[in-house]
Order: sequence, then structure tokens, then C-alpha cells
Amino acid sequence: MTDPNSPPASLSQEVEIPESISGLEPVRSVRSPIRLVYDFVPSPPVQEYLRSYSTKKILGHRSPIDGAVFVPPRGVDPRHGVLIEESVELSDKGHVGNFCVTHLPIPGRDDLDTPYVSAWIHLDGASVGFLGLVAGCENDEVHIGMRVQAVWKEDEELGNTAENILYWKPTGEPAVPIEKAGNRAWGQTNE
Amino acid sequence: MSKSNSFRDVAVVSVATHQTKILSEVNEVQLMADLISKCRNSAGVTQAEIGFTCSGSSDFLAGQAFSFVHTLDSVGAFPPISESHVEMDGAFALYEAWVKLQIGEVDTALVYSYGKPSAGSIIDVLATQLDPYYVSPLWPDCFSLAALQARLLLDKGLITLEKMAEISMRSQKNGSDNPNAVRSSKDVSFENLMNEPAIVDPLRASDISEIADGGCAVILAAGDKAKSFCGRPAWIKGIDHRVDSHTLGARDLTRSPSAFLAAEKAGINTDRLDLAEIHGMTSAQELILEKEFDLNEKTTVNLSGGSLASDTLMASGLIRISEVASRIISGQADRGLAHATSGPCLQQNLVCVLEGE
Amino acid sequence: MSAELTAVLGVGQTKYSSTRGDVSIAGLCREAAYRALEDACLDWKEIDAVVIGKAPDFFEGVMMPELYLAEALGAVGKPILRVHTAGSVGGSTALVAASLIQSRVHEKVLTIGFEKQSESNATWALSLPQPFSVSINAGAGGYFSPIIRQYMSRSGAPELIGCMVAFKDRQHALKNPFAHLHQNDLTFEEVVDSPMLWNPIRYSETCPSSDGACAMVLGNEASGDRAENQVAWVHGTAMRSESNNFPGRDEVNPLASRQCAADVFRQAGITNPLKEIDAVEIYVPFSWYEPMWLESLGFAELDQGWRMVEDGTTSLSGGELPVNCSGGVLSSNPIGASGMIRFAEAALQVRGMAGDHQVDGAKKSFGHAYGGGAQYFAMWIVGAEKP
Repeated sequence: MTDPNSPPASLSQEVEIPESISGLEPVRSVRSPIRLVYDFVPSPPVQEYLRSYSTKKILGHRSPIDGAVFVPPRGVDPRHGVLIEESVELSDKGHVGNFCVTHLPIPGRDDLDTPYVSAWIHLDGASVGFLGLVAGCENDEVHIGMRVQAVWKEDEELGNTAENILYWKPTGEPAVPIEKAGNRAWGQTNE
Repeated sequence: MSKSNSFRDVAVVSVATHQTKILSEVNEVQLMADLISKCRNSAGVTQAEIGFTCSGSSDFLAGQAFSFVHTLDSVGAFPPISESHVEMDGAFALYEAWVKLQIGEVDTALVYSYGKPSAGSIIDVLATQLDPYYVSPLWPDCFSLAALQARLLLDKGLITLEKMAEISMRSQKNGSDNPNAVRSSKDVSFENLMNEPAIVDPLRASDISEIADGGCAVILAAGDKAKSFCGRPAWIKGIDHRVDSHTLGARDLTRSPSAFLAAEKAGINTDRLDLAEIHGMTSAQELILEKEFDLNEKTTVNLSGGSLASDTLMASGLIRISEVASRIISGQADRGLAHATSGPCLQQNLVCVLEGE
Repeated sequence: MSAELTAVLGVGQTKYSSTRGDVSIAGLCREAAYRALEDACLDWKEIDAVVIGKAPDFFEGVMMPELYLAEALGAVGKPILRVHTAGSVGGSTALVAASLIQSRVHEKVLTIGFEKQSESNATWALSLPQPFSVSINAGAGGYFSPIIRQYMSRSGAPELIGCMVAFKDRQHALKNPFAHLHQNDLTFEEVVDSPMLWNPIRYSETCPSSDGACAMVLGNEASGDRAENQVAWVHGTAMRSESNNFPGRDEVNPLASRQCAADVFRQAGITNPLKEIDAVEIYVPFSWYEPMWLESLGFAELDQGWRMVEDGTTSLSGGELPVNCSGGVLSSNPIGASGMIRFAEAALQVRGMAGDHQVDGAKKSFGHAYGGGAQYFAMWIVGAEKP
């Protein structure tokens, strides 16, 4: 069988080094930094969504096909490829659809204590979830179906951003049963 | 190898294109959802009936890794679809779809591509397309490279500044009839074009393509299926693509051998070519391509204004195909050549020959 | 007209390691390509077209590297395509290459997947913040762990199944000289005691970051008949995609995966995968995906896949359905190549060329790759005989 540590015979030719540079140390690597600047302009539905965050409101997007509510807005219903134009105000309460306890810090988020819980938050009225942090309880108290509520930044710190929500804390209400939690709540489509 | 004499008859049966200076009212996902559904509706086909979907786009252009994942939403990929993606111009996605239809298991394909070059800086983005060890650390921008190419052509006496201005004028005049053209002018003056200062010598602003955001969707269908979708399908009579050496100093930049070869393999036959839509970043490149394709006065070149009028990176090639196809479908033309390019100074080229019955 | 029969004429791999400082990106690719050509007993000029795939361009910071690699891959004057379908790319690249043969457009195609992760910043590229959304997703593990947790609670699988998969794959890797991780002294206890990253996934249950390339030469029926070395014949190929995060989506067992598998088995005339497939190479970047994919693909009943891990069914040492005898993604992971390695290893098995990790008498094998939020799937079945 081929020896993985020796290159193919046809690649092992010696390269002739010119006299003028024969005493020099070969360059082993090149460090080539790249800096690219992009301007992202949110589309109108996303603008509306971000602005509503500054008033501590969360907007969802309702599908014209079957009323499924998507948050954050995706512009289209991904199951059908149709444009979504209707927005609907959602509560800032919901439940945990799925979660895991993460032991790795996130680049740029030194404010997080590890380990922390990242969870799929399913807002009341929404048909899908989005990632959020769960805190305000012990990590091992978090469970699928746990009812949670947003903890917002102070009013003077609010901006046009989903970062207005610091984390989600348990409300103490009875949990949503597993069969009804997360994406399972919607009728499953099978072939 | 790619002349379609022995191949299955495959045609473009519907197209939808939109280009604009800056896409702001909708995002790429919404734009493509609109174009894809328009394209499907025009053919009278649902996504469930489409056998294969293929798209072309670029993460570097979008400024996001896995950027194409978002636009899968535009297709409505549920129930799941047979689908693939190339990180190349949509013209190459169309090639992949054409190959798939040749196998014979599916009869229709959806092809789409899009780009939002306004979000980033094209000259920085395209510099990363170059050899990462020797060339791109020098950050040679695409306009400078194209200018070097134009300078070589001028110095060799192969083109003149006047000829370049004629190309620019043709683009601006033709583009005035094209709602997707971002730069056009019905009464552009040759003198003004000649007197424009060079942006990157010898290229003047009008010699360089005008960047535009946008996208394009195309439906392909085989045999009788094509006839059921469209009164006059634009049959793909030949399609081929080739690539040249990447090392800029290793090839003659005044030529594009891969364009010549792709045209030969696709079987362009310039005696019967009503239209040619060719994709270049500069007027000088259009002149190179006209020569490689040996186009004569029988052929109207870039009736749409070409990519000079409206250049959406990753979609311009597919849009050239759609421009020829739509004119065949509408009966305006019988036979045309569509071309797409990729890489610095016409390194890679695709040629597609389309014909109506 | 039916599809042209397609054969795998040659396979070439590089030694996978965390840093291949001895080669450039072009050098890495050429090493795999040369080996594939040597195995196929062909010369560069006999190749009609090249199909290359890799993970996002942002990893190495080279946009559209097929342009830079044109000379290195012997593609000047030929067609070259570059496929990008997220993590499944190695697999879908092989399928695009196969379609060039199946359609009779070309007779011999070189296909290659690569990643030079030592020259890339994969962590950065994978966590580029999406505009206007909050970034708290610490990598792919953070995405898949909640789904794994859902599988565990639904199936009632014992806690340590994931560790068993990881240990088994690393044992298999010891028999694959090309694998990245060769953990000679690894014990099962060490796997279990490894630090938790995203509960329930420990560090030992995740894939490494590797440099590497994997190439294959595919040919038509006539090339396969003429080949000097034993070839693998393609019996079925399929790709499926679906969006992620929509109501009604089964995140644990996506419909796209089930339908893709059903299609490829139908093409290959296989009605009982467990009995009829001799070796399986599936894309398992996090240990628990072995039982999850075995169920989704139809090798195991729903909620029972973990039993095949527990009772040794998926082990090369005497198991009825050896899975990832090469060591799998858990032992080598140059992301752009990983899917192709699965497809290539499946081919090596039925060619009888898998060396020490050969499954005796393997006649049919299964190659699989997935990507995105478990939404892109590419699969193939290859056999020692023609279909």
C-alpha cells in the first residue's frame, strides 16, 4: 500500500537553487492578512424588526400560506419560497425548544460565564425558535419545555438590535410537555 | 466533445432577471424568491415537478461563509429537492444542470444565481482570487489587471482607444432599451467617451463594466417537456467551458485561448449567428472575445448592453445566456451565442450556443 | 437512454495531519491527484475534466481557488468546475464528477476535495457574525448538541454511546496509515473523562482539524473494463437538500436524509441495507451522529441505532456492519475533503484495497456526506461488480 509519508515519485524532483541565493534560508511560509469591509443594509422587514427591538417588542413574520410565524424575519417562507409581508407582534415569553450546555467561550463575548446554556427559544405565537442564552438559574435546571422570559437591557442602553435582550430567565410556570415543545409542536410532515 | 449532436435536446424555456444599482427594497433571498417563482410560473411548472436545481454564488461577494444556504429559502426546498451549488457564475451552474439532464433521469432543471457587489469593495474582493502565495499579497486589483491587459493590446496595435470607445458607445446605446442596464444612454457621444480621463490607464470609466446588484433564474427542460413549457424553446445546441493558466505572466493576455477553445467545442458557426452576448469586464476584453469568436457583421453583439452596462458578479454570465434565450423565445432572433467568463483577464470561459426552431 | 456506467479507477489521499507545512495548497492537491492517477495507471493528459470541491473560500482566504489551481491540477485547456455545498461538498463534488461520466459528456474525470486548515482560520470563518443577528453560537458543536440531546431523550440511549463511537473510530484509525489521529494508547476511560465542550459532546467526541486532500479518477464503462487495478462500480448516486429551522422540520432525522437514502438504495436495487451493504462510510463529525444517521439511512430502526454501537455491530472487529473503518471524520477532518474521503474509502473497500482496515469480502459499500444544518446530503453506493 502507498506510504502516506513519502510523496509520489513523480513529485520528488530536486529543485535547482540558483548560485546567487544558494546560501539563503528558504522561506517556509507567508503571512498575508486580509481585510475586507462590507456594508450590510437590512431589508425593510429586517429594519422594522430591529426598530421594534428598540421599543422592547419582538416582531415575527407570518406566512401567507398557513399562518406559520417566523422570527427573526427571513423575508420568505422557506418551505414554499413565497414572500412574507405581514408582521405580527410577539410576546417576550416563550419556552425552551432545545438546548445544550456550552463550555467554550464565544469570541467577543467576554461577558459570558462558562459553562452557559444556549437554547432554542420558542416565543409564544412563533412557529420556530432562535438561539438565545438562558441564565438566571442553575445550568442543570434547564430542561426542554421550560418557560422563559426575556431580560432586557436598561432603557437608556436599548438600540436597534436583538442584543437588547441580555438573556432569557425561567418564569417558574409549568413546563410545556416535550411532545409540544420546539419544532415538534407543528404537525410533522412525513413522506 | 460537447457539441450536442449526440446529446439530448435541452432548451431554456423561461427566464427572469433583475439588476439594479443597489438592491435595497428587498434582500437577495426575497429577490430570488420573486425571480424564481416568476420563472417557474412563466413555464407553468411547480418546484415539485423540477428534477434538479443548481445555483451559482460567491461567499466572498456576500461577505458571509455559507451564504448560499440562505437563498435555498427562495426555492421553497420542502419537500426536499435534488440540488447542488457551484461557487461560480450561474452559467456554470447551468452547465451542471445541462449535464444532469443529459443523464436522462430528470427532464427539468431550475438554475439561478445572484450577487450583491454593492455590499463590498469589488477591487479588494477580487484580489483574493489570485495566487495566495505570490500574487494576492500584492493586492493587484481587477481593474489594474484589466488595464495591463488593455495596455498590452494597445501596444501591440491589436486595438485602439477609438475601438474601445466604440464598444462603450454600443453598450450604452443598446443598454438604453434594457430595464436592467444600470449605465446606458441613448445619445451618448463618441467624443465625450474619447475625452473621458483614464480611471486606470488606459481604461476610462466607460471602458469598465458598471457594477450592479441582481439575480437571474432560468428553467431548462428536455425534449417534449420543453415544448410543453414554451412555444418556442431556445435549444442549447452546444455548450462547453475551458480554463487557461492562472499565472498572468505565463500566458499571452492579448488572447483568451480558453474562449477560443470553448467556442470551437460548442460549435458556434459564425455564419448563422444573429446575436452574441459576451461577458467582459472591459471594452478591451469584449474586443478580445469578438476576435476569439471570429464574429462578423452578421452578428449583433450585446444587444442588452452586455455586462458593461450592468455587471452582477456571479450572475452576469447566466444573464448573458438569459438575454439570448429570451430573444429566441420571443422570436426576435433565431440563433445566438452566450458567453461567461471567470477569473482575471478572461482566464476561464464558457460558451453556449442557443437556437430556436 | 440510460446512464453510462461509471467506475472509480483510482483513489489518492494525502496523509492527514494538523499542519502540512511541507506543501502549499497546490502541492497538497497535487499529491492526492498524483496518487489517484498512479492508482488509475493514467497520465494527466488522459483526464478530460476536473471537478474540485472545498469548504467556504473564507477558510483559507482564497476566493474561487479553482482558478489558482488550474495549472496544478492539469486543467489548462480543460473544463474545471468548483462545487460548494457546505460540509457535504466532498460528496457532492464526487457526484458532479460522476454525472459528467454518466451523461457521456466525458470519459475520464479527476475529482478532488481539499482543505488546508493550517492556512485557514476555520473558527473565524465559521463564526462570521450574521448581520443583524446575535452571535452566541459557539461553532458547529453548539448547533448540533441540542439536536443530539433530543435524540438521546427520545431514544432512551445510554449516556456513553457517543464515547463508544469515538473510541471505536479512533481504534479503526490505527489501521489507516493516512488518518490524522493515531491515538495508540487511548483508553475508553480517557474518552469518557475528556472535557465536556457542548453537553453531551466531549472534546474526545469531536473531529480534529486537518490538512488534507482526497482525489479520485472516475471513468466510463470502457475505462473500467480496461483498468489494470480492480475498480469500484457506481450503483447509485443521490443528492437532497432542504431548508433548516422551519415548523414541522425533524431536526434529528431530516426528511432530506431519508429521501436521499431511499433514492440511492432504490437505484442500487437494495431492499435490506443492513444485510446487503458490507461497509459503511458516513459523515460523523460528532460521535452521536453514527447511531442517528444509521437510523435515518435505514440501517437501523428508529430509536434503535444506538444498540448497533453498544453491541459492536458497527466495529471492524467482527461487526455485522462495520462503520467508518477508515477512522471516519472523527479521526481526520480536512473539511472540504471529508465527504470525498467517505466516498473514496467506500470505493477502496469494494476494490479490496483498504489495507489493514479492509472489511473481508466487501462487495457493496455506502458513502455519505452531509452539510449545513444537516440539510445537504450526498450519497453513493459502489460495488465490486457492475450493477
